[in-house]
Amino acid sequence: MTPLALASYTATSALGRGLEPTLAALQAQRSGLAPCAFETVRLAMCVGEVPGVDAAPLPAALAAFECRNNRLALLALGQDGFAAAVARSAARHGAARIGVFVGTSTSGILETEQAFRRLDPVSGALPPDFRYRGAHNTFSLGAFVQRALGLRGPAVVISSACSSSAKVFASAQRAIAAGLIEAAVVGGVDSLCLTTLYGFHSLQLVSTGPCRPFDVARDGISIGEGAAFALLERPAAAAGEDSVLLLGTGESSDAYHMSSPPPDGRGAAAAMRQALAAAGLGAADIDYINLHGTATPSNDAAEAIAVGAVLGAAVPASSTKGATGHALGAAGALEAVICALALRHGFMPGGVNTAAVDAALPVSYLLGNRDARLRRVMSNSFGFGGSNCSLVLARAGAHA
Amino acid sequence: MTALTAWLDGIGLLGPGLADWPTAARVLSGTQPWVHAPTVLPAPQALPAAERRRTGAVVKLALAAGLEAVAHAGADAATLAAVFSSSGGDGQNCDEICRTLASSERQLSPTRFHNSVHNAAAGYWGIATGATAACNALCAYDASFGAGLLEALTQVVTERSAVLLVAYDARYPEPLYGARPIPDGFGIALVLAPAPGARPLARLDVRLSEAPADTLTDAALEKLRGAIPAARSLPLLAQLARRAPGRVMIDYLDPWRIAVEVDACP
Repeated sequence: MTPLALASYTATSALGRGLEPTLAALQAQRSGLAPCAFETVRLAMCVGEVPGVDAAPLPAALAAFECRNNRLALLALGQDGFAAAVARSAARHGAARIGVFVGTSTSGILETEQAFRRLDPVSGALPPDFRYRGAHNTFSLGAFVQRALGLRGPAVVISSACSSSAKVFASAQRAIAAGLIEAAVVGGVDSLCLTTLYGFHSLQLVSTGPCRPFDVARDGISIGEGAAFALLERPAAAAGEDSVLLLGTGESSDAYHMSSPPPDGRGAAAAMRQALAAAGLGAADIDYINLHGTATPSNDAAEAIAVGAVLGAAVPASSTKGATGHALGAAGALEAVICALALRHGFMPGGVNTAAVDAALPVSYLLGNRDARLRRVMSNSFGFGGSNCSLVLARAGAHA
Repeated sequence: MTALTAWLDGIGLLGPGLADWPTAARVLSGTQPWVHAPTVLPAPQALPAAERRRTGAVVKLALAAGLEAVAHAGADAATLAAVFSSSGGDGQNCDEICRTLASSERQLSPTRFHNSVHNAAAGYWGIATGATAACNALCAYDASFGAGLLEALTQVVTERSAVLLVAYDARYPEPLYGARPIPDGFGIALVLAPAPGARPLARLDVRLSEAPADTLTDAALEKLRGAIPAARSLPLLAQLARRAPGRVMIDYLDPWRIAVEVDACP
């Protein structure tokens, strides 16, 4: 594929609002996970909650989209000059020539869960303030982001569980390459809700403590929430050498099981190989891997085998989910932005919470941060339904 | 913009009174009247028995439409990339999860939870067919068919490989039905390829347009088009059923429609 620039990017998660606190937390190896006190949920687990999401309602012009997920989206869009960068791009290309490709797994389902507690006792109807289109529907996020940024081009939500907001990079780059659009806002937003907290708990996939990816004693995920966005454009001639490029994307399907990967990680390996091929790179060209690394015993084992098969066991790798929690449909975009920070600021984030790396896994798992002038990195995202996506990102100066 | 071009190799269709594409083609070309009847969902025989028991209406719809299109095209499902697009996913499953979470017990079934993902049909498609290529799961509310068509065509054009598009919607139970009254299930599938195969049905040239969407002359079918997002595809299907060249306008995301130039093959 022809490389695209991440002309602007931002992330909000349990680590903080915007790039500066996110970077500071990663550099200090601080985790945003804390015992769950969300809504009425009383389960023995840790979550990565974004503080203050519900502090303010949406502006009146966006009130039709009112829900926690869209509040989190707006909070994130307001950081790091992202909305202003999109506005400049819209002025250059036209608002109708900028696409919106965003991922979410649960959209505004929290408000539906709450509305079901208030069904009419006689008719069984939902309360009159229930918003299907603006909150419940999976596309709510796409319509909201488009409206909030004043864009008028093609828009879509990709909802393939935990690979959703990695796959948006692939779809957006195809739409740009095909000439459908000139530029794209890509991203992902997922917020805490009862469906995922009780659902992952029912699958016995949640740790009672903060998750420990790739630890020999790892025992499940910690659920997080987050919002991350990037503006994808053709690289400007004057882009600095520390600007970040998308070089390749790879997508595959396991065709195996709805909620667990094949133990040999073959679907993950196929996505990684495709991303390398699309970037025109070999295994030796990748300096760091941001693993999917959810911290369930079987997911990490399968991913390790895939990494070993495609990139070898020597490439430094870590999962940042010990810091952010698993942001599900937002994880792909959140971790792509973390990769952009690693490229720009010259460091590899060590995995937090993990104490003793599982020696059976063929991966060079980083426990501490390591300074390095990174050239190219890979980010992995794998989801329910056997949906896999890998991205290759690079520092422009290293790629020239 | 330049047009996005693909060759159409196969069609699958399932909807109210429309048991398959040959039936729908006769109805849409005017050689057979449309007799309204509830959509009949076939059991997904391609799935192992254990998985088959776990699937709801949307998965049955998507699999039936997808398998018909692949068979019509003479394609190998295991090697096709796929795009699944639905305005709402599995409403029955969503209703049961919300009822459970509103109760004092909150004991979710693990199967209900993993079936709640919007890409459930895509996941079961892989299990049923062994398809390991890229597979997408989209939503664009009422524009979900158009969004799926654009995603499929950009894949065909840039990856130069064949793509199966499946767009599908099913009925919600009450109380969600009151908020989103989709009357019945409807699934459409198209196999789209970058070059003409052995027996292509048509060449499609697709671009965005601001012209108004086409409507159907049959009032009952026009009502169906407006009521189910996946049925927004009906003007395109009607053109294909007539086996004649022409241009159709499909509803998409305001202010856009999708113009499809259909060059039917003899």
